[in-house]
Amino acid sequence: MLSIRNLHAGIEEKKILKGINLDIKPGEVHAIMGPNGSGKSTLASVLAGRADYEVLDGSVDFDGKDLLELSPEARAGEGLFLAFQYPVEIPGLSTTNFIKTAVNEVRKYRGQESLDAVAFLRLMKEKMAMMEIDQSLLSRPLNEGFSGGEKKRNEIFQMAMLEPKLAILDETDSGLDIDAIRIVANGVNKLRSKDNAVLLVTHYQRLLDYIVPDFVHVLYNGRIVKSGTKELALELEERGYDFIKSVVDAVEEA
Amino acid sequence: MTIELFKEYFEQLQQADHKSSLGTVRQNAFNAFSKMGIPGLKHEEWKYTRISGVFNKEFKVPFVADVSITKAEVDAVRLPGHEEANELVFVNGIFSFELSKIFSKDLTVLPLEEAAANEYKEIVSTHLGHSARYQKDGINALNTAFVHGGVFIHVSKGKIVEHPVYIYNITDARFAPILSQPRSLIYVGVNAQMKLVETFSTMGEQESFTNQVLEMVVEKDAHAEYYKIQNDAGHSQVSTTHIRQIGKSYTHTVTISLDGSIVRNNLNVILDADHCESHLYGLYLMKGDTHVDNHTVVDNVQPNCFSNELYKGIMDGNATGVFNGKIFVEPDAQKTNAYQSNKNILLSDSASINAKPQLEIFADDVKCSHGCTVGSLDEEAMFYLRSRGISEKTARSLMLHAFADNVLEHINLPVIRDYVDELISERLGYEMV
Ligand SMILES: Nc1ncnc2c1ncn2[C@@H]1O[C@H](COP(=O)(O)OP(=O)(O)O)[C@@H](O)[C@H]1O
Ligand SMILES: [Mg+2]
Repeated sequence: MLSIRNLHAGIEEKKILKGINLDIKPGEVHAIMGPNGSGKSTLASVLAGRADYEVLDGSVDFDGKDLLELSPEARAGEGLFLAFQYPVEIPGLSTTNFIKTAVNEVRKYRGQESLDAVAFLRLMKEKMAMMEIDQSLLSRPLNEGFSGGEKKRNEIFQMAMLEPKLAILDETDSGLDIDAIRIVANGVNKLRSKDNAVLLVTHYQRLLDYIVPDFVHVLYNGRIVKSGTKELALELEERGYDFIKSVVDAVEEA
Repeated sequence: MTIELFKEYFEQLQQADHKSSLGTVRQNAFNAFSKMGIPGLKHEEWKYTRISGVFNKEFKVPFVADVSITKAEVDAVRLPGHEEANELVFVNGIFSFELSKIFSKDLTVLPLEEAAANEYKEIVSTHLGHSARYQKDGINALNTAFVHGGVFIHVSKGKIVEHPVYIYNITDARFAPILSQPRSLIYVGVNAQMKLVETFSTMGEQESFTNQVLEMVVEKDAHAEYYKIQNDAGHSQVSTTHIRQIGKSYTHTVTISLDGSIVRNNLNVILDADHCESHLYGLYLMKGDTHVDNHTVVDNVQPNCFSNELYKGIMDGNATGVFNGKIFVEPDAQKTNAYQSNKNILLSDSASINAKPQLEIFADDVKCSHGCTVGSLDEEAMFYLRSRGISEKTARSLMLHAFADNVLEHINLPVIRDYVDELISERLGYEMV
């Protein structure tokens, strides 16, 4: 589904990603872990098409399409979704209106008819129940004054509404209490199927107790330095990122 | 248009209407106009807005109600909700009873001349022309010099006009370039309430220039709301709204400028009694070669008044804009609370805005603040919307509409709010979902 080859990217002369290779197949859950500043959000942003980042080398194939050639909205249309680490507040734009516009534009991209008010409402109701999200939140301006947890739940709700093939969750667990994590994880698990995939970016192992990954990768200093199964996450939790750092730094020095 | 030509028209008017109760008012104003002329760029308040160029052309200055417009033609400019509204129609600056519809029994509408001669004489002589103290220029004097066919609107003590008053200013420029000069004096009595909506439109291909003056007096415990919608593509106007709160009262204005050639608004709010409250909102959304200028004055004459002002602008193409917001706090006006904010988004490199807050404070115990920003669209937010599959164009429209929202939300007439929302969506090029 997703195939990243030797991806280099940076911002304003600063190299951040220094040769990423990663393959994700339908039905899989991958977790990317790594210390702050290692480039996790950069990777997520580059995949979603944020223009600030410059791709310096490499390629990304998404279901046969050259992902890096597509506009952000076309990537969403193709089925990519990024749950932002820091969702943006837009005062004056109602959350419901925003989601309705998004759903219908994505449907248009996919050659589907747009949903009328009734059909849209029905879909909303269904996904609201699934994501345990309240109507009152959705009638408010987009993310304005939402708590950290509310913002993250709104991200997952949008994901449920857009039904992506590949969902990238950038630290959706950070700052959430355990109940909120459980709700978010439940939501993600309900959306999992053999046809779609999830890329979890996280700093902590905790989320992985609820969304069990098939593969775990450690990103450090712009490279994937170690890949493994869910046991790797436990090992990291136990020994800390310093252990990775010392291993990698030693290798690089040699 | 030479002073001589204005004089010709003026003398014709004075002769034709020699019995008028307003003859002297006109004569004094014409003398003032002759001295001052059309304001040029040297006039402090007209530095960035050049209307003198418009007057290189010769206009007809109609003063006879030779109304060429039919009810059916008025239909084209009626606002939504008109079935439930009082409708006042001006054609070429002359009020037309025939085309108007007044059905709220608590609303009195009279020719200004008549009001100046009957029981309302006192009110007219006290308040008509008060705006000249703030608009010290020839263009204000010009309107008064031709005051004729104006209207007096009166809401008696304790009366609530439940249905809004829509004022349509129509200029019929099918046959000649026209200078329209509508004039109204509005009196909102003690504990009375009313809501006004005003629009401007030109028929025909010739040029039109509207030089309007609306003066409003607001009594104790009264509540007045005023909505102005300017969307007259290709035509210029100077629109002066002068509100004088002479008792503890509440006023609320929203000025929406969407199109026009040169659009100049003067909004003066005189807080001339203890504990007055006034809200001033504005939205200008201009493109092409248009120019919009909002000059506002909040004059705190008496203590304990509150005013809040928010003007927002979105400028595209070669559009140029001016925001000049004055707040005066006079020596007696202790405990004034006055807030002002002006926010702008420039969508093109050739669009510009000249923003200038001006605070003159002569009392010591006051709270005043002002702020002004000029920026572009938030890229972070744009990316967020686009990452959800929303096209760049739609995302931009949603963002701009969201930016305008906290002005639009103050339009307290739902049908008018929807109407303006639609105009804006249309302008921004997307359909509301
Ligand atoms: N917009 C930016 N401008 C400058 N530096 C950036 C920007 N975004 C990220 N960086 C830098 O790139 C590195 C990786 O950041 P990021 O991808 O956010 O890491 P992570 O998500 O793993 O914490 C950091 O050193 C960070 O300071
Ligand atoms: Mg990050």
